Amino acid sequence: MTDPAVLVVGAGPAGLSAARELAVHGVGPVVVVDRESVAGGVPRHCDHTGFGLQDLHRSVTGPAYARHLATRAVNAGADLRLSTTVAEVAPDGSAMLVGPAGIEVVRPTAVLLATGARERPRSARLVPGDRPAGVFTTGQLQQWVLLTDLPVGRRAVVVGAEHVAYSAVLTLRHAGVATVAMVTELPRHQTVPAFAWMTRLGLRVPLLARSRVSALHGHGRLKAVDVTDLVTGTVDRVEADTVVFTGDWVPDNELARRMEVGIERATRGPRTDGWGRTTRAGVLAAGNLVHPGETAGIAAVAGRTAARRLVDDLGRGTRPIAAGLGLTTEWPLVSVVPAVGDPSDLPSRFLVRTGAFTDRRLVVARQGGGEIGRHRLRHSVPNRSLSVPGSLLGAADADGGPVELTLN
Amino acid sequence: MVPEDLGEAPVYDVAVVGAGVVGCAVARHLARVGASVVVLDRAVDVGDGTSKANTAILHTGFDTEPGSLESELVRRGRSLLAGYAAAAGIAVEPSGALLVAWDDEQEATLPSLLDRAAANGCDDASLVDADEVRGREPHLGPDARSGLSVPGEWAIDPWSVTLAFATEAVSAGADLRLGSAVVAVDVGVEGHEVRTAVGTVRARWLVNAAGLGADRIDGLLGHCDFTVTPRRGQLIVFDKLARRLLRRILLPVPTARTKGVLVSPTTWGNVLLGPTAEDVEDRDDTATTADGIGRLLAAGRRILPGLVDEEVTATYAGLRAATEHRDYQIRLHADQRYVTVGGIRSTGLTSSMAVAEHVAGLLDGAGATWSGAPVDVPTPVMPPLGELQVRPLHDPVRIAADPSYGTALCHCEQVSRGEVRDSCHAPVPATDLGGVRRRTRAMNGRCQGFYCGAEVVAQVAAETGIDPGELTRMPR
Repeated sequence: MTDPAVLVVGAGPAGLSAARELAVHGVGPVVVVDRESVAGGVPRHCDHTGFGLQDLHRSVTGPAYARHLATRAVNAGADLRLSTTVAEVAPDGSAMLVGPAGIEVVRPTAVLLATGARERPRSARLVPGDRPAGVFTTGQLQQWVLLTDLPVGRRAVVVGAEHVAYSAVLTLRHAGVATVAMVTELPRHQTVPAFAWMTRLGLRVPLLARSRVSALHGHGRLKAVDVTDLVTGTVDRVEADTVVFTGDWVPDNELARRMEVGIERATRGPRTDGWGRTTRAGVLAAGNLVHPGETAGIAAVAGRTAARRLVDDLGRGTRPIAAGLGLTTEWPLVSVVPAVGDPSDLPSRFLVRTGAFTDRRLVVARQGGGEIGRHRLRHSVPNRSLSVPGSLLGAADADGGPVELTLN
Repeated sequence: MVPEDLGEAPVYDVAVVGAGVVGCAVARHLARVGASVVVLDRAVDVGDGTSKANTAILHTGFDTEPGSLESELVRRGRSLLAGYAAAAGIAVEPSGALLVAWDDEQEATLPSLLDRAAANGCDDASLVDADEVRGREPHLGPDARSGLSVPGEWAIDPWSVTLAFATEAVSAGADLRLGSAVVAVDVGVEGHEVRTAVGTVRARWLVNAAGLGADRIDGLLGHCDFTVTPRRGQLIVFDKLARRLLRRILLPVPTARTKGVLVSPTTWGNVLLGPTAEDVEDRDDTATTADGIGRLLAAGRRILPGLVDEEVTATYAGLRAATEHRDYQIRLHADQRYVTVGGIRSTGLTSSMAVAEHVAGLLDGAGATWSGAPVDVPTPVMPPLGELQVRPLHDPVRIAADPSYGTALCHCEQVSRGEVRDSCHAPVPATDLGGVRRRTRAMNGRCQGFYCGAEVVAQVAAETGIDPGELTRMPR
């Protein structure tokens, strides 16, 4: 095979959108690989509508969105290789692909990492207790119900109260499982009010706020979970044969780390400049690998953005992140992506996240003690996407040191 | 109760109670020398109790009590098992260990530990000064002092060891009766009638390798030589990305009660932190606790600060079959044609083959004879599960012969569909998801089934014919 101009790793929304963009611009051969046998990433198993609003400007279901993105990438000329794993990328940039055709080594000019994110499973959340069956993440549950049609259980507890948790309740309902409680450590839900009301009043699912699932019980199959009230310290035992751990996204950063690109402490994703560049020339990253937990649409747009910039860079030589301004956040802000900004080349937006509910909405950017910009957020709900325009840093001094973002 | 009519049921030479690593090693040994053997266990898989939840280390026995039976059998067992693992393709990681002192008091005990190692025949141990300790393990915490190098301590895949013993025992003619909890033993003139929840077997000799239940089996035969007090050990498995933080097993200075909290590479490419040591009442209490996990993380932070920044892949707890005695409790009751193999603590994986040899010697000394001639069955070749072995998914030759080895099912652990299929049809087949995990590594990785869980269950159901609801223990 001719060596590709770009190897895109991951055929989810970001990778497929990037692959299409690169192919449309004729950068040379574009290979997009995914280890799954079907392209599309997480939307493949999200059987609800609301996908495509950001990029297609209409609303379709997850599986339809996944098919659409894959078809567009292939039609544009991208070479889509499924059931294919990138076993290794050598320091010289050559990549070993393992797939149905065997082992192949390719030497792409650039690699774009779009490996996505997963929900932290029970073990990574250090939830103590027994190790029974009946313990899921949302992603696993959705595949269980939608792709393989396996039986789930009868009574479920859902851990989390952001969008994806409510989606899990609907998937459980579809599978004939009653959700007996939702549990969140935060003081209230983090989804849109209509979704929360419908679940609480229509489906009669109580929300146990300021609470934590503190232990699992059951040999063989889950029998109950302990729910600790974080205010009073009291522990209630809730009978359930199923528990779904939702949200708490962690980037699938293994390949990125093995390729030794710089990693952000706050997100655990690769450090980028908002244009997909990482700390290594010729290695790019986009999508939920960089900003775990954002919507498929945001991931798709990020993939497209990175691809457009890569088209230019391929013409003049790829380069790592420019030595831009470092961005830091102060509680209740917990992360900003990208965390590097070049004042002469700012991205259109920065994604920020809060760690707690707050009435404060005003993001203030300061450099060297002086304010350089401010932006009022529409809301400041944790676990929800929040963006501030890139122009927030428009007045930053390229030599003025780090920029601190606070919420006032 | 109406006596069961055993009719023409066979009389085995030996019934082994317990299909853990020790029971399977004994069964393998005796089946090879010509005994007709039946192995009984309450679990549905071999190695499903204490043997599945240990620290996965091939010990040298450097810190055992010199002159004890444990010292002798660990040293002999290490040599036997290292050879067996090589022959059976069982993954080992010959990393060696570095025992590290963290304060003056611990540092002061190092020379005596070196002497003890020498007394236990571990001649290649040596003292290492603080600079050298740091040079060898640059990621150690700032409080690390000098240490003791023990090159013979290796990591090993513990699940494949038990499976290999069971597989070889079966191919040498042993019967494996799982799901058969022993409820009573009648000692007769002709032989034992061992009653289980699902039927009775007859055997001339009885070997008790029941681990946590060894004192209960002893009680059924009228003995009360020891009491098992389960000592729970909680462990944390860290992501493979943590593997770069250490080069060898990092041991603490042991105390009389426990070997302490260690950090070890695993043969699967992860890093293990643990175990705790807590005496518990309930012999099924393999739950982890917030307190235990918290203490492990605190210990881990001191030993290898970078470790606790990595993702946790799994937490689990095992129960050591500790007794009030420090040494192994292996006793022959010749009048009852009965051998107890009790009190095999954390070193049992390492010593298992030597324990089997020792038990065979006791039986021989008591005049036991076997109904068959010795059989020379080949050592089974186990699936290559080690991170350093060539996995089928990366093996063009195997993929060419059978494309199902080229189809990935579990990405985190690089498990192919072919391997999951094989695990369900092996000589000692998996009959539940835990069995598939131990035979293939499927679902044992960082995502814990986020990506592959549904497909693995669907395939196991199809391969075994077991209903998916039953596989996942769905309530009826």
